[in-house]
Amino acid sequence: MDKTVNQKAWFLVLPVFLVVAFSAVLPLMTVVNYSMQDTFGNNQFFWNGVGWFKELLDPSTDLGGRFLASLGRNLFFSMVILAIEVPLGIVVALSMPRQGWTVAACLVILALPLLIPWNVVGTIWQIFGRPDIGLLGYVLNAIGLDYNYVSNDIDAWVTVIVMDVWHWTSLVALLCYAGLKSIPDAYYQAAQIDGASRWAVFKAIQLPKMNRVLLIAVLLRFMDSFMIYTEPFVVTGGGPGNSTTFVSIELVKIALGQFDLGKAAALSLVYNLIILIVCWIFYTVMTNAGVERRTQAETEPAAARKPVGALQPVPALQPKEGVA
Amino acid sequence: MHSIPGRRVIMALFLIFLLLPIYWLVNMSFKTNSEIVSTMTLWPHAPTLQHYRRIFTDESWYSGYINSLEYVVLNTIISISVALPAAYAFSRYRFLGDKHLFFWLLSNRMAPAAVYALPFFNLYSAIGLFDTPWAVALAHCIFNVPLAVWILEGFVSGVPREIDETAFLDGYSFPRFFIKILVPLIASGIGVAAFFCFMFSWVELLLARTLTSVQAKPIAAIMTRTVSAAGMDWGLLAAAGVLTIIPGALVIWFVRNYIARGFALGRV
Repeated sequence: MDKTVNQKAWFLVLPVFLVVAFSAVLPLMTVVNYSMQDTFGNNQFFWNGVGWFKELLDPSTDLGGRFLASLGRNLFFSMVILAIEVPLGIVVALSMPRQGWTVAACLVILALPLLIPWNVVGTIWQIFGRPDIGLLGYVLNAIGLDYNYVSNDIDAWVTVIVMDVWHWTSLVALLCYAGLKSIPDAYYQAAQIDGASRWAVFKAIQLPKMNRVLLIAVLLRFMDSFMIYTEPFVVTGGGPGNSTTFVSIELVKIALGQFDLGKAAALSLVYNLIILIVCWIFYTVMTNAGVERRTQAETEPAAARKPVGALQPVPALQPKEGVA
Repeated sequence: MHSIPGRRVIMALFLIFLLLPIYWLVNMSFKTNSEIVSTMTLWPHAPTLQHYRRIFTDESWYSGYINSLEYVVLNTIISISVALPAAYAFSRYRFLGDKHLFFWLLSNRMAPAAVYALPFFNLYSAIGLFDTPWAVALAHCIFNVPLAVWILEGFVSGVPREIDETAFLDGYSFPRFFIKILVPLIASGIGVAAFFCFMFSWVELLLARTLTSVQAKPIAAIMTRTVSAAGMDWGLLAAAGVLTIIPGALVIWFVRNYIARGFALGRV
């Protein structure tokens, strides 16, 4: 389905453009402006050029040290939760009931953590993990583990990670489930005739079909965990010490806590740039995956190619080409 | 769909894992504070509604829920109404800079809220919207508008082009075609998009807290008040938490049949 070239379509996009430009470009310009200046309060600003950026990338300074340390912690956190949530999400998606009312019930319960305000997620785990009044903390201490997320670094990390798994595995599971639903029964019947093992079915049919949704899941989980703020802030407040201070927490501390506008702005820009680069890499990979899929689909016989319309996922960023 | 061995056990364990912390919160919200602090009980032995009563009778508490709902609904309406025409344009036409615009939009979905907290504070103070639901509703557009465009675009692409062409041949003007024909056709898509806009606006706290002080304070910010010199009011905190889960649960219940479809488009 080819699209017609029509420059008037800009008029349809204009409202979106204005709204997003108002809430993204304007503030970003302020940030760029601040990042080059220093302030001593009272709205007095001094030109500082690229000074903050130099300091930011130099681990020997206070600002640089704090930034790079929190960046390291944040990347480590993102890797750990991806390593847990993606496989677990796949397993949960494969464990979904086939039909009946249980499907709806499972979907609703799975989606529940996603709809809880982030600070309440923090509150839930703050309470749940406390050794004196929380079930988890109480049970762990009762069986002899010395668990206290307020004073022990490792316990704090474990709590934050388990909380994130609790909060977001459902998203991965729901995405995978949607991918699995799009596999037509004919594929499984063919596999059965060929005598394929359970593992072979997973590797040859289910995993390739989930490829694209998995990519989206990884992208979303990476991004959201990379900018995580509220939940760890509520549970640990970034502590004990600085052990769970992630980039966003550090940034808010500098910006709204110390009102150190120049430093905060420079940090914001670098932070944003990292996210933009990762986003662009994913965009490219996803677009390329879409192209490969299409060329592959064209070589397959037409009858075997397309399952029923509605649930078939379309390549995310260029959907028109994907729909047969 | 082929499933794996022991799937019922896995599913049951996972659901218990999801529900246990929520149960604990609900459990605590029905206990008196002395019961919470003094003993470890698996269910409230002296159930009380005092915390809920306090929230529903104290204006400074229940106004938080109203404020939150106000900006969430505003945001959902703004997001969907600006995203609809754009989704149509991206789905049907090619125009100068369309791909770049699309990427730019999506990159905003990924922008960390912490980056925008301070500039938003300055911006909305300057234009006099600070501490109104409008400030938060507009601020949340930064991630909800791109999301709505992304979801709706998929649904519009699912409508065959022939329908547009027939409508135009029949003499429908563009706005009339849009409202009378296209919108009803993608009603479920609008539902899914609204669901996700509602969800992301409802769960966000950092921007909502930064952009309000007294008048439009969201419930999430009010909850921090339970910390006082006399110690934590755990029961009240738990009750307030339970009440924030309810709108989300209701929304899920209404769209439960569309959730899978929304996710199937891979556009969240």
